[in-house]
Amino acid sequence: MKRRIFLKGSLAAGTLAVAAGAGMLTPKSVLAAAWPKAAFESETEADALNAFFGTSDAEESDQVSIKAPLQAENGAVVPVKVMTSLTGVEGIAICAIKNPRPYTTSLRVSDGGGGLYSTRIKMGQTSPVHCYVKAGGKLYMASQEIKVTVGGCGG
Amino acid sequence: MASTKMKIKKSKSGGYEVMVLAKHPMETGLRKDKKTGNKIPEHFIENMEFAVNGEVVAQANLGTGVSKNPLIGVGIPNAKPGDTVTVSWVDNKGESDSAEKAVK
Repeated sequence: MKRRIFLKGSLAAGTLAVAAGAGMLTPKSVLAAAWPKAAFESETEADALNAFFGTSDAEESDQVSIKAPLQAENGAVVPVKVMTSLTGVEGIAICAIKNPRPYTTSLRVSDGGGGLYSTRIKMGQTSPVHCYVKAGGKLYMASQEIKVTVGGCGG
Repeated sequence: MASTKMKIKKSKSGGYEVMVLAKHPMETGLRKDKKTGNKIPEHFIENMEFAVNGEVVAQANLGTGVSKNPLIGVGIPNAKPGDTVTVSWVDNKGESDSAEKAVK
């Protein structure tokens, strides 16, 4: 089943952040693409998605799959792998909803890159983890809750 | 340099997957030095670029929410044996490192 998820939230730093932080990559533009600061510093998921993808309007899709533990042994090192069978992938992002800054990491992709991104993230507490894939101009997502017994944000 | 290691393996979905292990503290800026009581400043990898034969195919954006000694995996579906894959990263202090490997 697919359903649209409309996330409410103000546009963070406006169009400048969108232009600088988002958009498709061409080989030359990847080299110039600045670290998406606005997304990383957003305190809401919607602001972060708008900053990186230019939209927070995402559709749940079974073509985005997540490989991550149901329970993290250690919140400081939680492995998350995002895979997608969608074509025309432009970007992937991973958000841990209950982290103080939900946007943890992203991948910008150009022609030769593909629909697989894996990393290890820090999670402060049990939380849904949302994985987004922008492909063919549309934003798709999948979600999985990860239980955390020992938090890992370094407090 | 020994602080960035990479492996290239065949991907189940076709093409290859690059796995990179970068030695880096990924400090959040929230931890306190136990001796001085001062906060240890943020120190984390910002961008990590993946290139095949010199052409950048992906750029991973990391932040303080990524674990210490980042282990990053990226799909490179169009790579072929003989291609050279390069990974290079830069952190918030301007420090950087890179590694290169051929696809077998």
